Amino acid sequence: MDITVTVNGRQYRRTIEPRVLLAYFLRDELGLTGTHLGCDTSNCGACVVWLDGLPVKSCTVLAAMADGKQVRTVESLARNGQLDPVQQAFIDCHGAQCGFCTPGMLMTARWLLDRDPDPSEERIREAISGQLCRCTGYENIVRAIRRAAELSNTADDDGSSAALAGEQRDEVAS
Amino acid sequence: MQVPAQFEYERATSVAHAVDLLVKYNGAGRVIAGGHSLIPMMKLRLARPEVLIDINEVGELAGIVRDGDELRIGALVRHNELLDSAEAAQLFPILVDAERVIADPIVRNRGTVGGSLCQADPSEDLSAAFSALRADAVIQGPQIRRTVPIRDFFVGPYETVVGPDELLVELRVPVRPGSGSAFVKVSRRAGDWAVGAVGAAVWLAGDVITEIGIGLSALGAQNFVAVEAEDFLRGRVVSAEAFAEAGRIAAEHCDPPVDQRGPADYKRHLAATLVARSLTLASHRAGREV
Ligand SMILES: Cc1cc2nc3c(=O)[nH]c(=O)nc-3n(C[C@H](O)[C@H](O)[C@H](O)COP(=O)(O)OP(=O)(O)OC[C@H]3O[C@@H](n4cnc5c(N)ncnc54)[C@H](O)[C@@H]3O)c2cc1C
Ligand code: FES
Ligand code: FES
Repeated sequence: MDITVTVNGRQYRRTIEPRVLLAYFLRDELGLTGTHLGCDTSNCGACVVWLDGLPVKSCTVLAAMADGKQVRTVESLARNGQLDPVQQAFIDCHGAQCGFCTPGMLMTARWLLDRDPDPSEERIREAISGQLCRCTGYENIVRAIRRAAELSNTADDDGSSAALAGEQRDEVAS
Repeated sequence: MQVPAQFEYERATSVAHAVDLLVKYNGAGRVIAGGHSLIPMMKLRLARPEVLIDINEVGELAGIVRDGDELRIGALVRHNELLDSAEAAQLFPILVDAERVIADPIVRNRGTVGGSLCQADPSEDLSAAFSALRADAVIQGPQIRRTVPIRDFFVGPYETVVGPDELLVELRVPVRPGSGSAFVKVSRRAGDWAVGAVGAAVWLAGDVITEIGIGLSALGAQNFVAVEAEDFLRGRVVSAEAFAEAGRIAAEHCDPPVDQRGPADYKRHLAATLVARSLTLASHRAGREV
């Protein structure tokens, strides 16, 4: 079947088998390998991307279901060579060790901060409770998301996705 | 890498269209909502539908609406929408209690109320919650739209009365005065399925229980309900002793599965404790302390 999906503001048309999962579509068809696959069973959250503005586990969404929709992946976070505050904060706070869970953590963190720019530690822990990290013990991830909130609240650029939406182009990839 | 077997994909645009597609494929088609139960089953080849009928774009199935003395909850309402619903929180806190402990926030963005009920997993939390509330399920078929009490909805594990050419459209929960409700769940870790969970709804006239609903999840209760405990409580005055006795009766009549979440005697103990605890919280919310 033919699908058209807008990923990070860019439109892609592809012919796929209906059984292709969104995570594999992003990685194998579009070469966007920032999205990771861990468990492949909707438990670990390494594969979290946004579908029409909501984080979902893309190992458990069909690419066909994204036809005509907007997808946002970790590749969209840095803009014009400038890291998103969540990315900067993960570096500052050592929020990543092996980095496997990081793309999913970053996408959920960005979503949380867009909805709640000043989340409590408890809210942060709740927000990432569907995501597993085998390295950090979560402490530094929670600290990083807190720091991202502080960075965003002091910076002129709030780093939110509203800015991205304004930048979106409808460009058809070859 | 886990890949489902091959299938065709159709996107339904309305309830009528979805039912037409189900009729057209004559048993080979299967509805997909959030896909968070069906896709994992397809990956494991426990399910092999030939055609998937995607209902995610069917606006008629979305939304939570107060309609006279009923709250109508569309089959396609996502877990997070129900969790965030002010109307549900005010009328039926049991639903919000349950949603808060179903899976995790990301799964809750995708999984739906209708998908949960149609999945009919013996551990599904919403099955117990809606059974406690004595909700009705509205089901659309090719000819008729029928209404089935939720207590007649489940046929057995993973089996409901929704036929191969039918669609669950919405849940209707009766709004009656003097009500209070609550859901309590014990699980091994955040976001996990229940070791045991209980939802309770009480309707009081003064101190007297005029109607009662007790739903059990993962505890091996027939149709997710503790009928004997309900019969014991109906007409009684709320009290800690009566609630403890209801817990004992519910524990005696359920048949918890032995699995990696625990032995049967522990789960039976849990059933008794959670029944009493949920009833206490439900009557507190109805304005009566015990
Ligand atoms: C990691 C994880 C953790 C979870 N933890 C919990 C938990 O703690 N407690 C809990 O209760 N649940 C839990 N769940 C289950 C979750 O609630 C259900 O998977 C999910 O909500 C099912 O809904 P869905 O929309 O994804 O259904 P789908 O997977 O799309 O469908 C499930 C079944 O229902 C049928 N169906 C769906 N909608 C309709 C309709 N409108 N009419 C007719 N048939 C329909 C489908 O054909 C299919 O057979 C968990 C799931 C995951 C992935
Ligand atoms: S790969 Fe999707 S949740 Fe683990
Ligand atoms: S940094 Fe290794 S899994 Fe999280």
